[in-house]
Amino acid sequence: MVELIAKSACAGLLPLKIGGLLAAEKDLGVLTAIMPFIGQDKAASDMLKAVHGVTLPEAGRVIGDDDTRIIWFGRGQVLLAGPTPSTDLAQVAALSDQSDAWCCVELSGAGAVDVLARLVPIDLRASAFPKGHTARSMIGHMNGSVSCLGSDRFLMMVFRSMAGTLVHELAEAMETVVART
Amino acid sequence: MRIQCPICGSRDRREFYYKGDALALKRPAPDAGAEAWDDYVYLRDNPAGWHSELWQHEAGCGAWLVVERNITSHEIRKVTLAEDAT
Repeated sequence: MVELIAKSACAGLLPLKIGGLLAAEKDLGVLTAIMPFIGQDKAASDMLKAVHGVTLPEAGRVIGDDDTRIIWFGRGQVLLAGPTPSTDLAQVAALSDQSDAWCCVELSGAGAVDVLARLVPIDLRASAFPKGHTARSMIGHMNGSVSCLGSDRFLMMVFRSMAGTLVHELAEAMETVVART
Repeated sequence: MRIQCPICGSRDRREFYYKGDALALKRPAPDAGAEAWDDYVYLRDNPAGWHSELWQHEAGCGAWLVVERNITSHEIRKVTLAEDAT
């Protein structure tokens, strides 16, 4: 059997360091969309807690760490990032493997929020969007997901096919923010 | 124009996709007759005032919403999830 080497979405495009800002691709591990069946939210949450140690997050929240993270991902949908999901979850939710479908980029450094202010039409300042908050919104013209992982640390996700555009838009915004400081 | 998504909160209009009159949620029975279906598919009231419309939070949570919007002022007085409106 030939051992194939996986090519990541931003291979050759990142990391990008401009001033004190760093955009780097983030390997989130296995990505699984979990959509609890109607009325099964609690059962799905209990099972997630028992198997993976995280509960079902409420709308707009992200829970966990780099080993196991669970991101609210839309109406009735969350994204489990990290472990391979337990097949038991299929009893209470629809599961879909999304591992290769998303381009995941972490933007960090002082001024990261100013960069995103140029791209995302929601308030991402720490007062409105602290660590543990997530949103589905737009990044430039792309539909995507933005999460706050910590002070001046944001995780951005867009469709994998948009990786080049995301890096281009980010680079432009990072350059203009750094040029003004 | 901003729309108060019941799930995501207040968001910019560009995140939403406009479908049309919320009448689409009141689908007649298959055997309702030609007149009822003609009315459902083609005929719309177009008052200069309050409209009940279907919007989708396409770039956000993906939910379909029923938005009550005044087309003369763009004032929005009520937003509900389409699943709760039917």
